[in-house]
Amino acid sequence: MPTPAPATLLPQPLLKLTDVTIQYATDLQIVTAVQNLTFEVLRGDRFILLGPSGSGKSTLLKAIGGFISPTRGSIALDGRAVARPGPDRIMVFQEFDQLLPWRTVRGNIAFPLRENGVSRAAATERANGLLARVGLTKFAGHYPHQLSGGMKQRVAIARALALEPRVLLMDEPFAALDAMTRRHMQEELLRLWDDLGFTLLFVTHSIEEAILLGSRILILSPHPGRVRGELNVPPHGGDRTADSRQFLERRIHGLLFDQAELPAPEEAAHG
Amino acid sequence: MAEHILRQHPLERPEYLRALEPSLPDIRLPDQISGWHRLTGITPVRQVTLLLILAAAWQIYASALNNPLILPSFAQTATAFWSGIVGGELLLRAWTSIELLLAGYAVALVLSFALTLMAISSRLGADLLTLLASMFNPLPAIALLPLALLWFGLGEKSLLFVLVHSVTWPLALNTYAGFRGVGETLRMTGHSFGLRGLRYAFAILIPAAFPSILTGLKIGWAFAWRTLIAAELVFGVSSGSGGLGWYIYENRNQLETANVFAGLLTVILIGLAVESLIFRVIERTTVRRWGMYR
Repeated sequence: MPTPAPATLLPQPLLKLTDVTIQYATDLQIVTAVQNLTFEVLRGDRFILLGPSGSGKSTLLKAIGGFISPTRGSIALDGRAVARPGPDRIMVFQEFDQLLPWRTVRGNIAFPLRENGVSRAAATERANGLLARVGLTKFAGHYPHQLSGGMKQRVAIARALALEPRVLLMDEPFAALDAMTRRHMQEELLRLWDDLGFTLLFVTHSIEEAILLGSRILILSPHPGRVRGELNVPPHGGDRTADSRQFLERRIHGLLFDQAELPAPEEAAHG
Repeated sequence: MAEHILRQHPLERPEYLRALEPSLPDIRLPDQISGWHRLTGITPVRQVTLLLILAAAWQIYASALNNPLILPSFAQTATAFWSGIVGGELLLRAWTSIELLLAGYAVALVLSFALTLMAISSRLGADLLTLLASMFNPLPAIALLPLALLWFGLGEKSLLFVLVHSVTWPLALNTYAGFRGVGETLRMTGHSFGLRGLRYAFAILIPAAFPSILTGLKIGWAFAWRTLIAAELVFGVSSGSGGLGWYIYENRNQLETANVFAGLLTVILIGLAVESLIFRVIERTTVRRWGMYR
């Protein structure tokens, strides 16, 4: 147990990134994916990483997950540096093949619990509880290949939430779904957040999705990913009228659009 | 004329809403198909029928030839097979072969798994496996027999040596290819559960690579069975009772041709049983159930 930090005005951040730069080598050159990122995620945030393709969102999420280490800077969860992947930062991917094909739906949720020291009975019980929450109780005994894409993503989310991670990392989890299912899943994710109160770090390139799901949006500009700004989303109900949402959408659009204008296409082609 | 109509706003019709009518229930197709159609639709039925026809042709030809020294009839072979089973000799010989085969298979399993683990955990290990496998995989196991005789003498050890050789390389190559084919998402998923080292290999890599591993096991089994019978033909004599290969060789020397045929039949039957019973059951309860079968 870490000793509690001295009281400050703002709560202690759950996740803190300081001057994070991530570079990787290809055969030809060293590419910078993200550059000098500094931001904090608080407990209970629905924190969105929003940026066009090429802004290093997924790379950044993998670094937070502990799959790659930053070239410079530090990533700390609860004040401790992130060194390797672990069940305190479970990732939900866009790909449908993140479920273990050789385990049933219930087995997929219970397996990581068992691996992390939860008893068989408790793991099964927690798996059943989460399956009920995502409405898949009837499919507990099915294998992943028997499910639709949306159902597979539900199982992946249920599995992640079952582990009660400090932060849930989601890398465009709904991007491969059809529009109707996506809409449904977004609402379901918000409902789960209302019920269970987890911390969410969500990567997307859709402004609409960012506003719908987020409580705070970090806007990244591309090539390499740099912070363009961090905006609040008005809370549910009350303020969140169509007007303020549209205003926010225009604002974000402007921030992203400005960046896209910077390199002239002709020069890029010649340079 | 037609253009003129198209340019106008489409004809406006009244909108309507409806209460949904109840959906039709799923209906099981009535069993109208005739018994004959149903029977000939079953693959094993057709296969057995073909086998019976072939056996009948054999019986007719052998009876016409009337030379049991060269070609015993189907009935004579069946009798020899039956008395071999009842007398216990054929069973004993078969068991001797199978026992040896299982021992060799088990050693090869451990060996190829160790090689594969080495290959996935270091680049040098990968180079070593690729090099060894590309050198030894094309080498027929039988070609090693003279060397085995020199090193281990007549007996089980020599047979084991060639058996292990024939299973290890295809199994290691397929397992390694399977491990490398495990998708990045699944790997990351395993790591994020906190799995590392052997736990990770057993919980993620092996099941994910199981289709390839199963292929390796099947190829290994086929190689091993052939190699064993062939090797026994050369020297199964060492221990008191040799295996099936030796049984065939012995009976040919004694001109008991019907027994030779019975021995061959046993080799075929065991081969079929392993492939169509054991491996098919494994396949059905694993890769097919998991939807991983390609």
